[in-house]
Amino acid sequence: MKMLINVPESVVPDALRGMALAHPELTVDVEKRLVVRRDAPVAGKVALVSGGGSGHEPLHGGFVGPGMLDAACPGEIFTSPVPDQMVSAAAAVDSGEGVLFVVKNYTGDVLNFDMAAELAEDEGVRVAKVLVQDDVAVTDSTFTAGRRGTGATLFVEKIAGALAAKGAGLERVEAVARQVADSSRSFGVALSACTTPSKGTPTFDLPAGELELGIGIHGEPGRERRAMMTSGEIADFAVDAVLKDLHPDGPVLALVNGMGGTPLLELYGFCAEVHRVLGERRVPVARTLVGNYVTSLDMAGASVTLCRVDEELLRLWDAPVRTPGLCWGV
Amino acid sequence: MSEELTDDEGRELDAAFFVRWLTAAAEAVDREADQLTELDSPIGDADHGGNMRRGFFAVRDALGSEPPGTPGAVLMLAGRTLVSTVGGASGPLYGTLLRRTGKALGDAGQVSEKELAGALRTGVDAVAQLAGASEGDKTMLDALLPAVGALSEGHGLAAASTAAERGAEATTPLQARKGRASYLGERSIGHQDPGATSSALLLAALAQTAALGVSGTEAENGTGAESGEAGRTANGGA
Repeated sequence: MKMLINVPESVVPDALRGMALAHPELTVDVEKRLVVRRDAPVAGKVALVSGGGSGHEPLHGGFVGPGMLDAACPGEIFTSPVPDQMVSAAAAVDSGEGVLFVVKNYTGDVLNFDMAAELAEDEGVRVAKVLVQDDVAVTDSTFTAGRRGTGATLFVEKIAGALAAKGAGLERVEAVARQVADSSRSFGVALSACTTPSKGTPTFDLPAGELELGIGIHGEPGRERRAMMTSGEIADFAVDAVLKDLHPDGPVLALVNGMGGTPLLELYGFCAEVHRVLGERRVPVARTLVGNYVTSLDMAGASVTLCRVDEELLRLWDAPVRTPGLCWGV
Repeated sequence: MSEELTDDEGRELDAAFFVRWLTAAAEAVDREADQLTELDSPIGDADHGGNMRRGFFAVRDALGSEPPGTPGAVLMLAGRTLVSTVGGASGPLYGTLLRRTGKALGDAGQVSEKELAGALRTGVDAVAQLAGASEGDKTMLDALLPAVGALSEGHGLAAASTAAERGAEATTPLQARKGRASYLGERSIGHQDPGATSSALLLAALAQTAALGVSGTEAENGTGAESGEAGRTANGGA
């Protein structure tokens, strides 16, 4: 597989160097692997810190800025960051109002953020955590590591970030972040596997004419393989999988998310099908976001994330945000 | 630890021995990195080899620049280094294994194999608690638990290594219940667990290091280049 890289080992630091040059409004520490708002810590504001393996861009570094995250900690590709990064990030962004860690539910992320929270608290930083676990393709039981955190992470970071920007306290920001996480569900499909730079070949074999249903965002295969379906058939399957678990009784936010290798043209077509299914199921869509936001390197495919929203959450969603990945209202 | 055992034939293991073990582990992980990544592809995310190599190279460097004076301190430094460099689940889990094993060894300048066995049990229990996993979940514990079982029955390090390797191989037919492979449900069956495989590598490096003897070169060789260092910290172990 041809890639626009120098050597596999330097993919993450190379990207961070480029990000620093393209975004002077961010402080990018290539050595410590941190992306921080240049004006951090923001006086009187609760700070949001997230992080995770690289390969999901623009998540998380691309969501650092006013109205969203204060700092992001990129790990190696598909590998959670180490506690040292989150401890440094928390110290850099804490104004004294405390720090919320937004953690996707993967064993590695949970363990490293837990260790970091303990260490940061030892240094006098108040830390709260919210776990994002929205992927309905994984059965949440004692027989699994629990549901994966995927597209809902964007909703949590945007809405909790807006609330923090309005000056809410740590307990309130944490509670709303948890409300968003608990009100969101996702389902993803892959039309091709992704290729990690270190391996250089696709992480699983997906023959032409077949697709994977229920994939995650780390190149891991899904739960089921089927003969290739149309955009409309995929929308039926994905939306019903989400609704079966979410049971919305009011409006939803919809994220039609590309996995990195599917053109926007196809994503908008898929978005139309997602809206068609939601209309047939009598679910009103309050807002829709379409694009490659929570990606899996070069994987082709898409995911659907729905979040039950009320007036307050909608106002926070609409509030201004200025980051490399999401920008409106400013 | 108040053991009655007098260790007449128990080897006394010093800090230099543990440095040699972890250096051998780094070499083994480097040698097998591609294989570990290959195992991690169908049921994980194809990065276990690279992550372990980065961590154990960092351990080797940390121990090389300023080797601590006791077995416990060597393992605790190695554990902290893994936590700070590996990431993923492997960093905290392997880091905890070495840190808690080292902590259990206390500040003794030398430890017996029996003391090491007890400390490893403590370390493995800590991993099980952190991961919330038990035997049969298709994780590194499927190699570690049989190994500490063999040790606590007094079978020695070579037997522990064999038990770990068999345990790793026995993960193939299991359905994963923890970690990223668990997302696959039944599709995780038929693949050997990469974490159990890397755990078996560490145990193999430990057994091989012990088989090489106190000096780290030949069993009877007390004058080799490395024995000077071993002798310095062993402080009259012979």
